[in-house]
Amino acid sequence: MIRFDHVHKRFPDGTVAVEDFSLEVPSHQVAVLLGSSGCGKTTLMRMVNRMVDPTSGSVWIDDDNVADLDPVALRRRIGYVMQSAGLLPHRTVADNVATVPVLEGSPRRAARRRALELLELVGLDPGIADRYPSQLSGGQRQRVGVARALAADPNILLMDEPFGAVDPVVRRDLQRELQRIQADLGKTILFVTHDVDEAFLLGSNVLVLRKGAEVAQSGEPSQIMAHPADDFVAEFIGGPRRRLHTETRDGVQAVIDAEGRVTGFVDQGAG
Amino acid sequence: MRFLLSALAWILDPAHWAGPTGIGARLGEHLLYSLLALVLATVIALPLGLWIGHTGRGRAIAIGTSGALRALPSLGLLTFLAVALGVGINGALLPSTIVLAVLAAPPILAGAYAGVEGIDRDVVDGARATGFSERQIVTAVEMPLAAPMVLGGIRSATLQVIATATIAAYLGLGGLGRFILDGLPVRDYSQMLAGAVLVTVLALAIDGLLLLLQRSLVTAGVRAATGVET
Repeated sequence: MIRFDHVHKRFPDGTVAVEDFSLEVPSHQVAVLLGSSGCGKTTLMRMVNRMVDPTSGSVWIDDDNVADLDPVALRRRIGYVMQSAGLLPHRTVADNVATVPVLEGSPRRAARRRALELLELVGLDPGIADRYPSQLSGGQRQRVGVARALAADPNILLMDEPFGAVDPVVRRDLQRELQRIQADLGKTILFVTHDVDEAFLLGSNVLVLRKGAEVAQSGEPSQIMAHPADDFVAEFIGGPRRRLHTETRDGVQAVIDAEGRVTGFVDQGAG
Repeated sequence: MRFLLSALAWILDPAHWAGPTGIGARLGEHLLYSLLALVLATVIALPLGLWIGHTGRGRAIAIGTSGALRALPSLGLLTFLAVALGVGINGALLPSTIVLAVLAAPPILAGAYAGVEGIDRDVVDGARATGFSERQIVTAVEMPLAAPMVLGGIRSATLQVIATATIAAYLGLGGLGRFILDGLPVRDYSQMLAGAVLVTVLALAIDGLLLLLQRSLVTAGVRAATGVET
């Protein structure tokens, strides 16, 4: 369980990244912070592993206030995946995945065995274990990043736009892979993205944020889509693109959005 | 050309190699003075440069100071220090080492902080978020990735120090500068040019050795990471 209790963040230069934010993410659930860049979502996420300390308020993991925990030890028990993967370019894939176990004193051989298992778990060929990050594709690097985050078997995963820098086809693969892994492992995941479709696909709870990390609306994806709280939310999640109706065209049921564009067809065989 | 040939003949004369004032002994002295200065400069400038690169603090001061140090005329500084420190001929090693270290420090400092600053911030951020302590970030991430630049700085410092260590002779010390300085009053141009040639060859030879060392120290991973073909 992750809990934000009235956190506020003002940076030394005076910018207020987070006004007043509270949230509880129940264990084994995926909460998505959805918002445009600069809304404070990444700052919020980085408070969980103390990469950022709140100016006031507190962040709790189960019954521990993170401010009372040693940052280095805390970070080792929380998986972290970032947009650029952030792998160590001078270490092999296997060494990158084994980073935390080795820091924690696990013998090299055991750490490597675990790394190879994790590569398979995230859908990579263990044959790439001895390559360097610069020899991988963007999608492969992100998978390695996910494997590294899972290496110490953390209860919590923080994912900061992890699939933001790969092309749409690879992104869909990675999203599906994450869903599969999550179904198996049941981590508590805090996921940050500006991609509405990604948020609705992955999140059991989605928070739409505006500037200063103010919650415009939170809830299940279907609730937000069906009943956007205000114009900001409606516009952010797609506006007219999400208001659909059907018409019969050329003898089939076409799905049309509020601006009159055909976005798809009703599958006659289904339902 | 005639001078150069006579200088070569001077160098090749076996009589000039033996004894405490021979080429062999002078080469050893020259290397010793250079090594002392390089060790002193590295001990001070390398940690400082890594610290500046890691914290991003003190950069402006470091650039300003090392720029000013570079502008100091070595011979002037040497004379000043010899007088100011009040050391006689017997203690001449101290001012000479300081002067050469002052010359060596700026490139080592610049190599270290530029090497660290050149690392992708996401790599350092990722390491920190994964659970590296600040010390581990410096030793396991920043130092290996900055290594090509750090070694480049040390190489450049070494070249300058070996070329300049001739001034030690000015305070009555040995080294290859002896030949240049001793040849002047008796107009022995062959000996002077021989000294200059020896310094040049020594500098180039050591630079070649350091290049080999740089190649063997920079691991395959760092090469893959930094794209440095050294």
